[in-house]
Amino acid sequence: MKLLTLNFLTCARKQCKSTAAAFPLHPKEAELEQVEIDVNPLFIKNMLPRLDWEAMKVLTQELGLPNLPAETPAAEELANEDGEPSQTLKDLHILLMETSIATGKLACGNCGHEYAVKEGIANFLLPSHMV
Amino acid sequence: MLPTPSTSHVNYDHIYEPSEDSYLLLDTLASPTETAFLRSQSPADSPSPLVLEVGTGSGVVLAFATAHAGLIFGRSDILTLGIDVNPFACDATRQTALLAVKEAWGAQQASGVFLDGVCSDLTAVMKPRSVDVLIFNPPYVPTANLPSPPEKYDADASGSSFDRDLYLSSLATDGGVEGMEITHRLLAQLPSVLSRRGIAYILLCAGNKPEQVMGSIRNWPTPHDGGGVWLAEKVSSSGKKAGWEKLGVIRIWRSEAQG
Repeated sequence: MKLLTLNFLTCARKQCKSTAAAFPLHPKEAELEQVEIDVNPLFIKNMLPRLDWEAMKVLTQELGLPNLPAETPAAEELANEDGEPSQTLKDLHILLMETSIATGKLACGNCGHEYAVKEGIANFLLPSHMV
Repeated sequence: MLPTPSTSHVNYDHIYEPSEDSYLLLDTLASPTETAFLRSQSPADSPSPLVLEVGTGSGVVLAFATAHAGLIFGRSDILTLGIDVNPFACDATRQTALLAVKEAWGAQQASGVFLDGVCSDLTAVMKPRSVDVLIFNPPYVPTANLPSPPEKYDADASGSSFDRDLYLSSLATDGGVEGMEITHRLLAQLPSVLSRRGIAYILLCAGNKPEQVMGSIRNWPTPHDGGGVWLAEKVSSSGKKAGWEKLGVIRIWRSEAQG
């Protein structure tokens, strides 16, 4: 699963839903893979306003990936003077779109429950006593 | 007519096969009224809309929306995400979507960005107010009983593959009382999962009493975040049967805030 997907998910338990600690989910024992995808500069630009930058900083740190800048890059930082995609945009593309969790676990920061990721697919189904 | 995504790689022993209801959803999303409505709710250059399909099955509907993003949403910077309780369906959805996007690139069409297929009970795992377009083709067939809840499903530990396939197919079709038990649960999640500009498309059959369903949605309380009232309209239908259409798609969204 792509790192960007984690921007939209929380713990699936009802009791965690309204707590800040249920987002983002924390990768554990994660095996990463790089899946090459064509760069879509317009997408990076218009997706950025809805990206939780603080959450992404936490994720990159926990996964041992290069640190992100302190603040969300401004729109003008995404293109060079000649209008071509900047290194900042390419880095974001690689991090959000191409970096994927192949196997591992995703832990809730509130209840500690761990969800499995197998063959790139995360499973958030809960046993009935935990729903 | 836009081409329908290929699903020839999908194993229909344990995944719902695209059928009349799936195709009605494709036609609805590609209809002139709905493409115009989607563009007015998420105009080009507004933040990228997140399109979530719940109960993707083969992935044919989500793959269609992703591959034809330019024609449907008027923009290629949409995000699409699929949810299913059946892990086989999550995998099939990913394959169907990636294949359709690849074909769209080959045909030089503007396609959107497919994120992932994830296994979840309806929208339980979604961050509140994150979804801009939600598509749901529910298990809508009225049945005496519902299959046991989709608990953490362990494909290796369960019984014979025949039992497993029977169970998975009942999850895809059986809707309990009036075929509405699962849909009622999904409807109850909409106010918290949809964004302010959010739209939901839900497929219903005549047995689901669609007029009654729409009536109750229009009576939902005014949301606290940004006001407006809940609206519901039937936007497409197929197969007349005794005065009632056999299948229909309703659109649910919020009006502009008053004053």
